[in-house]
Parts: sequence; C-alpha cells; structure tokens
Amino acid sequence: MGEVWTLAEYRFGKLSSVSFELLNRGKSLAQKLNAPLASIILGFAIKDEDINELIARGADKVYVVDDKNLENFLVESYAKVLIELVNEYKPDILLAAATTTGRTLMPYVAVRIRTGLTADCTVLDVEDETGNLLQTRPAIGGNILATIKTPNTRPQMATVRPHSMKPALPEKGRSGEVIRKKYDDSTFKTKSKYLRFIKDESQQVTVQDAKIIVAGGKGVGKAENFAIIDKLAELLGGAVGASRDVVDRGWKSYPHQIGLSGKTVSPALYIAAGISGAVQHIAGMQTSENIIAINKDPDAQIFHLADLGIVGDLNEILPILIDRIYDYKKREASANV
Amino acid sequence: MKIVVPIKQVPETSNVKMNPETGTMVREGVESIINPLDLYAIETAIRLKEQFGGKIIAISMGPGSALEAIKEAVAMGCDDGVLLSDGKFAGSDTWATSYVLANGIKKLGEYDIVICGERATDGDTAQVGPGIASFLDLPLSTFTSEILSVKDGRIKVKRLVEGGYEEIEMTLPATMTVVKEISDPRLPTLRGKLKAKKIEIPVWGLQHIAVKEENVGLKGSPTRVVKIFTPKVARQGEKIAVRDEETLNEAVDKIMDFLIKKEFI
Repeated sequence: MGEVWTLAEYRFGKLSSVSFELLNRGKSLAQKLNAPLASIILGFAIKDEDINELIARGADKVYVVDDKNLENFLVESYAKVLIELVNEYKPDILLAAATTTGRTLMPYVAVRIRTGLTADCTVLDVEDETGNLLQTRPAIGGNILATIKTPNTRPQMATVRPHSMKPALPEKGRSGEVIRKKYDDSTFKTKSKYLRFIKDESQQVTVQDAKIIVAGGKGVGKAENFAIIDKLAELLGGAVGASRDVVDRGWKSYPHQIGLSGKTVSPALYIAAGISGAVQHIAGMQTSENIIAINKDPDAQIFHLADLGIVGDLNEILPILIDRIYDYKKREASANV
Repeated sequence: MKIVVPIKQVPETSNVKMNPETGTMVREGVESIINPLDLYAIETAIRLKEQFGGKIIAISMGPGSALEAIKEAVAMGCDDGVLLSDGKFAGSDTWATSYVLANGIKKLGEYDIVICGERATDGDTAQVGPGIASFLDLPLSTFTSEILSVKDGRIKVKRLVEGGYEEIEMTLPATMTVVKEISDPRLPTLRGKLKAKKIEIPVWGLQHIAVKEENVGLKGSPTRVVKIFTPKVARQGEKIAVRDEETLNEAVDKIMDFLIKKEFI
C-alpha cells in the first residue's frame, strides 16, 4: 500500500494551519488503509521545529525540499519538484489545501502525471471493497454534492476546502522519519519570476482563512456604516465579508466579496447582516457550519439558511450586540484573573 | 498580439436540475449562458487588444449549442471563434477537457496569451485553466487581478492570494486565469451582434485536432462520478422579529446565547 501524502504550506517562514487540517484528514484515511502518513514541505530555510511539528501532529514521514528557488510559490518549479517526488515514491493519495496555491499547483501536476484530481472536497472517505478514495465536493454553487473517485490511476489527488476539518493536535513523544531531497538547477528553471508580495492591510484576517466571518450587504446602508461590521468582526477575531452589491458600490474591496464571482467560504460561523441572500451569494457561503442572519425584510431568502434569524435593522442591533460582547469579554477576563 | 480565450457554456445557475440516475446535468429546458466568470477573461482580452492590437479567438468545448456562447463572445468583441465538439468528447472530466482544449489551442498556431475565467459556475473546479497551461507547458498566473505591463516579450501581473497580492512576471506565451477585480465586462455592441450573426464558427471534432481517442471523453477521464446528491440543510431556523425595545433586547440576548453556547466568544 502506497503512502498517504499531505502537502504542507510554508509561507513567509511559517507553516499555515491548513497543513495541520490536512494531516487530520490524512490520519483517518491512513488508519483506514493501514498506510503510512507523510507530509511534503517545499520551501526555503525551513526550520526543524516546523518539520517536527508535522511529525507531532501525525506525520510518520516528512519529505523536505529546501531550496532558495522554492522561497516563493511559482507553479512551474513547485510542480516539477512535486512530480519528481511522486514519481520516485509513488504515493497512493496526495492531498493539498484548496488555497490559491493548492488550486494552482495540483491541476498543473495532475495533468503531467495523468491522474485524477478532485477540487475543493469537503468530505473524504475510503470505499470499503476497493480501498479507493471517495471524494465528496459541492458543485453548482453548493446546490449539489458529488462523490468522485479515481479508480485506475495513482496517486488519487484532491484539494480540500480549508476549515472543513479541525487541525490535528500535537502529541508528545511522536517520532518520524525526515527525508531530505535535493534537486539540481534544471529542476528550478522557470519561464516566470516572482517579484514581490503586497500585503492587503484591509485583510487582517482573510475570508478564506477565517473561522468567523461577519458579512455586510446592501442593508448596511452606506459605506460609513460598514465600520460596525468591521468592529464586530474584529471583536470576534473574524474576517469581514461583503456581498457583490457592496463591492460594486465600492464600500469594500473585492478580496472581501463572498459568492459566485467572489470567494466560496465555509467558516464555523457566518453572520450575514443586511444581506438578502441572492442565489449568487448563497452559493459562496451555504456550507458554513453556523449562520446568523440579520435583515429588515422578513421574507429575505437568507432566513431559509439561518440557524438564527433576526428580523430587524442591523444598524440598531449590532451596536448593542457589540457592547454586550465587550461587556461579556470584560467579565470573563476578570473572572479568570 | 494573438489572444486565445477558452470559454464554457453553462446553465443559468439559479435553476439547475440533475438526473439522479446518471448523475449528469439536465440541460434541456434550462437557459444556457456564457460562464459569467469567463466574461472577465473576454474583457481582459479586449482591453489588451485595444492597447496592443491583434486578434482574439474564443474557443470552447461542448455540444453544438455552445456555438451560441462563442457568438456571444464575438458580439462582445472577440474576432473569431472555434468550437471543439464531438460525441466522443462527452463525459470528459477536467483532465480530458484540458487535454482537448490545449490541443485545440495548439491547432490555432502561434499565440501570445491564453486567458481563462477563474472557474466555471457549474463545475466550480477551477482546474481547466491550470490544466491547459500544464498541457501547453506554459507559465501560469492564477487569480490574476491586474495586468501591470506587457513589453519585450514579458507580461507582469498581479494575483490575488491569501492576505494580499503577489506580482509575478512571465515570458510570453503565457496563460492566466482572471478574477472579477481585473475588469468590468462590456455589453455586446450592435456592430458586434451583427458580426456574430453572420460569422461562421468552425467546429472541430476528434479527427481535426491531434488528440488520442483513449484520452478523451469518459474513457479518457481519470475520475469517475460515484454519486450525486442534494445536501441536507439541517438548520434550526429560529427567527425572531424586532418590533420594539423589548424585542430588540430579546434578539440581542438570542445572539449572545448562540455565540456563548457555540463558544464563539
């Protein structure tokens, strides 16, 4: 039985938490298949503590490719290295996060090694009779779920939606094997060049990474009122989302847009304030674990999805809510002293 | 500058039906449109052409009815189009679709840029754009939000990633997928519509492009659909209305209880 591989994401000298979510996925699959679980880490100046962290959180093996050429993500060089590794070690399963990196790298690689790839999965399981990976994903804006398998080629590749599983927790005393690979310069020849990263200060917490999203729609009323959405998001440690209307009006920038022409998200909590729930918006957020909707219109579509629906004016409700959360946090903090 | 824009015809997402037996989409009776996210790719191509001159070709794989999508692209401002259509292509997954499209593009001859939408609104995979780039062995920028410059055989672009933007430079020919932020798609012009009405779009089948039969359609697809089902939405759906101060406080209490119970605060 080949190994189960998860692709760790190493950016700006740090492992991202999706790496640990993937290990949690990989762990249950590896157990069912009685196969070793390995993480792949590609980057530059990778710290030993990060490699050990992957082992502590479930990896039996870590394949490390540490090279100056891998400092920043370029699909051509990352793909070449990953293909080399796959061809040498022949894993059975290869999982990556459905991030901008995973969703670029994985299809580029799957084409070259002529195997199946399933995008943005939310459920992974093993088929009893065959041991094939069963990959379930939402399609058509979340209106349907499809279960897909790759019966005849290996590895079976999937990208997994961030936050569709909790990160694996570290266990003390775990040990694992570290395999370091070097490749020569021809592997890193690319027709593209990385220039720079520009941080978007308005995305303190990005919608793709957020556990909690507070999203505002047309019902917010005007650009200045959005401060209340920002404040609630900040208080909850969440990200700020926006409907298409809001982005088209320039109240929020495009990276905040949730929906068909924006981002698809599945946070643990989605608060929709002043969002009526057009099909295009719902397509981007209906797989959220918990949904609270606040809207003036009692017939708004969004209420059909909500665990808790409040019919009322968000500009009246949210300031009071913010005060209450603030008080609650203060009380909790003093109770814990 | 020669620009190729791969597009897809998709059903209007608001009323999609599935055939539970075959797990495929019921296309009859559903209005078909150009994938809305492909409009940004078409607009990007038109703006490049306006700046640098050249020619834009829309290419699509699909049934005969997809000619309509190509004509719409022509009405918006594409110069020409080609449809890759063959019964043997039916059932292609993203691997086989990328393979057919890449080979169709190769047959078009020299080109500078291939511009794709971020993903199609029916399949939602976002895999075909990168797949085409891989088959053509070209550099790729996904989630492209701005073209910064095109000169000396290079293109500099900005791409939207987690927490910000990245700038990368690619040598031409290159491929990219674009997000909505890159442009506002224009509406078809009257002149464009007239042109679209008259234009003859060539249809290429298996024998016209250099693809192997064993690599296309269901047979050539590494993935298989096991089943399709409708997600269960298990929401408690409690709803309360704010009418006065009392119900306002009640509503805030409810939200607080929810947040505390679920450990969000």
